[in-house]
Amino acid sequence: MKYDIVLAGVGGQGILTIAYLLDNAAVNKGLRFKQAEVHGMAQRGGAVYSHMRISDEEIISDLIPEGRADMILSVEPLEVQRYLAFLAPEGVVVSNNQTFVNIPDYPDEEAVIDAVLALPNAVLFNARAIAMAHKAPRAQNVATVGAATPFLPFSVEDFEPIIRGLFEKKGEKVVETNLAVLRDAHNAGMFYKKLLDLGVANSTIYCLVRKLVVTSYNPELAPAFAEVLKATPEKATAYLCALEEPVSCDQELVQKLS
Amino acid sequence: MAKRELLLGDEAVALAALHSGISGAYAYPGTPSTELFEFIERQQKKYSVHAKWSANEKVAYEEALGMSYAGKRTIVSMKHVGLNVAADPFMNSGVTGVNGGMVVFIADDPGMHSSQNEQDSRYYAHFNLIPCLEPANQQEAYDMTRLGLELSEEHKVPVMIRVTTRLAHSRADVVTAEPKAQNGIKKVPRGGSFTLLPVNARQLYKKVTEKQPTLKKLAEDSPYNELVLEGKDNKVGIISTGIAHNYVREALGGTIDVPHLRISHYPVPMEKVRQLVDAVDEVRIVEEGAPYVEEMLRGIVAPAGKLIRGKLDGFLPRTGELTPTVVANAMELNPEKRWGATIDPLPKRPPALCPGCPHIDTYKAINEATSAYAQPTVTSDIGCYTLGFYPPLNAIETCVDMGASISMASGAVHAGLFPVLCTIGDSTFAHSGMTGLLGAVRENNNMVVMILDNGTVAMTGTQETMATGDELVNLVKGLGVHPEHVRLMDPLAKNHEASVQLIREEIEYEGLSVIISRRACIQMKRR
Ligand SMILES: Cc1ncc(C[n+]2csc(CCOP(=O)(O)OP(=O)(O)O)c2C)c(N)n1
Ligand code: SF4
Repeated sequence: MKYDIVLAGVGGQGILTIAYLLDNAAVNKGLRFKQAEVHGMAQRGGAVYSHMRISDEEIISDLIPEGRADMILSVEPLEVQRYLAFLAPEGVVVSNNQTFVNIPDYPDEEAVIDAVLALPNAVLFNARAIAMAHKAPRAQNVATVGAATPFLPFSVEDFEPIIRGLFEKKGEKVVETNLAVLRDAHNAGMFYKKLLDLGVANSTIYCLVRKLVVTSYNPELAPAFAEVLKATPEKATAYLCALEEPVSCDQELVQKLS
Repeated sequence: MAKRELLLGDEAVALAALHSGISGAYAYPGTPSTELFEFIERQQKKYSVHAKWSANEKVAYEEALGMSYAGKRTIVSMKHVGLNVAADPFMNSGVTGVNGGMVVFIADDPGMHSSQNEQDSRYYAHFNLIPCLEPANQQEAYDMTRLGLELSEEHKVPVMIRVTTRLAHSRADVVTAEPKAQNGIKKVPRGGSFTLLPVNARQLYKKVTEKQPTLKKLAEDSPYNELVLEGKDNKVGIISTGIAHNYVREALGGTIDVPHLRISHYPVPMEKVRQLVDAVDEVRIVEEGAPYVEEMLRGIVAPAGKLIRGKLDGFLPRTGELTPTVVANAMELNPEKRWGATIDPLPKRPPALCPGCPHIDTYKAINEATSAYAQPTVTSDIGCYTLGFYPPLNAIETCVDMGASISMASGAVHAGLFPVLCTIGDSTFAHSGMTGLLGAVRENNNMVVMILDNGTVAMTGTQETMATGDELVNLVKGLGVHPEHVRLMDPLAKNHEASVQLIREEIEYEGLSVIISRRACIQMKRR
């Protein structure tokens, strides 16, 4: 088993916290890992990345070769672009959909999202919305890990003791909030993954998930949604586009879409 | 008992030094070396070691040498260009040798992630006739540091540990060994071995040369210089050094199936190199940094009938950092690559000053104050404030080495430029700006030195600075700058007009002025 991840983001977005959660999950499972970080100059609001390699065998290089990464995990959608050469042919992209615009020549935001959706194995989620639903803006990194978990060699349970250890000092409430964010984000990632696996077009999935209440993603309903989204995609997307308020991810919505 | 720890390469070296019984650690911050000292600083109570940042690398080196002189073990750490600053004590300690074990940790930065150049410190070790150990992974960083301190104390030489950015800043698990107790005081007896008067130095230098066969033999026999002559055929052989060895293995799928030599303990094991070259028709040399081994091998008269490939014939890129991909490309072993950026052109996202950074307001004031002149000159230095180079500020025009802002401004004044200003951070000023300022005072050069006092060493992660606030004002006055022309500026948007006025006044004053622009770094406040 080997799992290589390129973690991407912008300096100050806290990708080292994400790396910390992944490192410890690997170690707790008795796996080996290497994690190359970027410190120094690049941290001041510049593009930053980290190469994470997890394996049950010796890991030779600290850097991932191009064309070999199993995942690009990004906290910013434009940053995905910078590392696509590393992605393996069957690799997945999991990215936050919230843009971070701190440069004058930032491209059209819609084009940035569309570029991610054009990839066959790409999942977009809203880390901010999930964290804010629990009134915890700082939990966006935990949300990112949660959304990636369905693809990783780890389960949500693997992260629980690590999150507990990280936030214990701040009290039980903070621990519980972060765990709730982790689970919601995991459901978001899992729901998205299942729809992809069931062959729904990525742009259609994105149209659906961004209209859903972020605490309501229900992976078990993915087959029902897949069916209607594949049968009448235009009708479903037209209905979704017209929605002004987020709606719950439930059976009732499946009915309305068909 | 052996323990497993998750450590950066820098931290593995730090922990090994603590476990080897060092009594003091010395350093000046510099990416990618900083984390070594920071690790020791956090553990200084537990291990009861001295750990306080030094004013610059030369000072750090000399302090470490004093610790060694007393008979205790020590480590001094810096980035590659820091060794230029410490080169004087470094080279001369090659002649005195050491007493307590002393490891010189140098972190090189090929690819210049955070540096002005990509000099390869192996040349310095060679120049100084001392051993250099170049670990390829975190475990070796730990093991080789322990070995280095033993070698140093036994053979009475400083030993260099050289890493590059990727190992310095990559984390992995390391198995540690039993800690060792610190040495007691065992001073060098009086008698001249540390007094480099010519009479003593001549004898000592002879001894240094006499020690070389022993140091060479150690490298020749080192398990870190592994020679394998068997292979699937004898056409191509590979020499790989330090971390580059990993990239070769990675490209070849784990095992190197041709004759090869891995070098991680210098001086270069010549005998092993000869054996490898004899065994094959073509030698490929893969090293992180300069073509150091390659140049030696090519010499002036290349070995007859052998094809040598490396960075000098374009087999590998001459500049930049190696990666597994670069090495695989050279060997034509590429995995399939299906994806690439579809947003074209993909905008760069360079590092930038934090929103609200005091340097921004300082530069805005400088820009406006100098806009009235046809050809203003603004030299600068190294720190967060170097980012004032980028648009929209475009405020500075030089960044060469620490302290150069002031001395280059002096030279520009001598040449006849006007107005001449320079910007320098508080830490850079303490590191090597003071001496340049002293020279400018002596000649009363017509220029404006702006010291940007944000109270910290911000660029490398907000370490403690040497002189800030009133201490800094006193320091500047103590160097002899006329007190009426040592002025304070408060870089805030609401004070913009006043700041512009202040800078203009000092530009128009015919003589040397120092303006201290003082406001705390916002990242430090957050801490
Ligand atoms: C000889 C040398 N040592 C260390 C460094 C690394 N370095 C770059 S900037 C800097 C410190 C800058 O601090 P300061 O002058 O206070 O400016 P600030 O970043 O706080 O604005 C250091 C240590 C270097 N480039 N060269
Ligand atoms: S870290 Fe401090 S000095 Fe550096 S850019 Fe940010 S605010 Fe400015």
